[in-house]
Amino acid sequence: MTVFGWGILKGLWVTLKNFLTSYFRKPDEGGIFTVQYPEEREKEIENFRNFPFLVYDGTPEKIRCVACGICERECPPKCIHIEMELDGTGKPARKPAVFDIDHALCMNCGMCEDVCPFDSIFMDHVFEVTAPERAEGLVRHKETLLKPNEYFQKIRPVAASIIDQKRKAAEEKKKAASAPQGPQ
Amino acid sequence: MTNIAETKNTDAGQTLEVNFGPQHPSTHGVFRMTVQLEGEKIRGLKPVFGYLHRNHEQIAENLPYAAIMPYTDRLDYVNALSNNFGYALTIEKLAAIEVPERAEYIRVIMAELARIVNHVAVIGFMLNDLGAFFTPLLYAFRERERILDLFEEVTGSRLMNNYFRFGGVKRDLTGQNLAAIRKIVSRFPAFLKEFEALLTKNEILCMRCQNIGILSAEAATNAGITGPVLRASGVNYDIRKVDGYSIYNRFDFKIPLGQKGDVYDRFYVRLLEIRESLKILDQALAAIPTGEIMNKKSLPMLKMPRNLKPPAGEAYGRVESPKGELGFYVVSDGTPQPWRYHVRAPSLINLTLLEEMCLGQKIADAIIILGSIDIVLGETDR
Repeated sequence: MTVFGWGILKGLWVTLKNFLTSYFRKPDEGGIFTVQYPEEREKEIENFRNFPFLVYDGTPEKIRCVACGICERECPPKCIHIEMELDGTGKPARKPAVFDIDHALCMNCGMCEDVCPFDSIFMDHVFEVTAPERAEGLVRHKETLLKPNEYFQKIRPVAASIIDQKRKAAEEKKKAASAPQGPQ
Repeated sequence: MTNIAETKNTDAGQTLEVNFGPQHPSTHGVFRMTVQLEGEKIRGLKPVFGYLHRNHEQIAENLPYAAIMPYTDRLDYVNALSNNFGYALTIEKLAAIEVPERAEYIRVIMAELARIVNHVAVIGFMLNDLGAFFTPLLYAFRERERILDLFEEVTGSRLMNNYFRFGGVKRDLTGQNLAAIRKIVSRFPAFLKEFEALLTKNEILCMRCQNIGILSAEAATNAGITGPVLRASGVNYDIRKVDGYSIYNRFDFKIPLGQKGDVYDRFYVRLLEIRESLKILDQALAAIPTGEIMNKKSLPMLKMPRNLKPPAGEAYGRVESPKGELGFYVVSDGTPQPWRYHVRAPSLINLTLLEEMCLGQKIADAIIILGSIDIVLGETDR
């Protein structure tokens, strides 16, 4: 075993074995596992997080966000900008008039999702984000950020079902609380 | 002009000053070193860093405690989980937050997986520097990718995990995740065997690495060097054993030590450390209890991070990151933001003895010596 060069030969045997068996093995067990993106795509992982989006129920007018501004304040790189919508009398309408997220600043940490008390902002799976220029192009406005609850259920079924159950329970509780007051 | 004159006087015009980096591919980022050469021998070496300075500490001093967590991912971006661990540990110390049992186990499992990721990557990159172009690196990355897929499933991101919270972790490990980790752990020894057959006895690797860049135990301890670089010099110092932080004192594992402190020892200590990490993972997976993953007291903090106002005081928390002692020093004045926040980055302190290791070696060896120290510039420059 002390022949000079034996170690190199042993190493070459490893590479040869790897080269040959890569044609027969399954991708998971050392076979060829290259994915021909963009024609082929890997299965999406549910918990994968990328840029945030806003959820609405039913129609885009029924947006869950009430423009409380907690995500704006807690966002570490400060990439969110919110302005409250005012109704005719100048009172806050509990709705965002402006909701911008600068994708050039966002670092996909998921903090906004963690802190949102109204379950309205969540991390998306979209990762193919491009823009012709970086100043205005990467700022996403409310219109593009809004996505239906069905989309959320499609990309993150487990998280979405938990949140839907929670919201339903909260709504029923609210109804039950307001029902006895009705007849009085 | 004075510099040139001085050089001429001392070395009689025999030395040549060469700049490595900051764009040189072997410097693992934007590290620069100025090397004084006499022929091919190194007569002097000056590391220059700061090209990746991102104002980490100042940014952190203007943020609430919880919002610093994603920034710590960006320190040592190869193994973000160790950074998360260190920071979470410090704030838990500062604010006296307890961590539930299951969360501790999850933390140890994830941190050890991150250590494996780091070590296979650094061995691969070091061999790339040696000239073993991409074969060992891609074998290593094949295994690394499996762990990163698991990280993505559990934490949401492959590299920038942002997974630890004060008083627990963000997401629980499901049965599926645990099965995936068990699978990774069970097939890793086969890969290590293959990797060792490919590398450890290879004559070219031995000739390039043995007796190169020797670091004596005294010099290493005097300079405050930690991690595999220190242990390769034969000093038995591992914070997992010394501090026994989190639940590390419950596990039975050894600390691999080198004899000479050369590049080969540093390479081999890392390979052995992967085996010890697998041992810890085996024990942790067997003993992981069921239960809470977040401390109930800190749950409201998840919704309102600004509510966390640790009492005035200071805390220093440290973990054994794959690169060495990663410490966080935080001073609180009772407001939602830290008054002072400092990171003791192992990469930076391990770099300080680069010149001592390189003196008298050939110019080509400087690159593998740098590779064997295992630096990440995100952490060095911060």
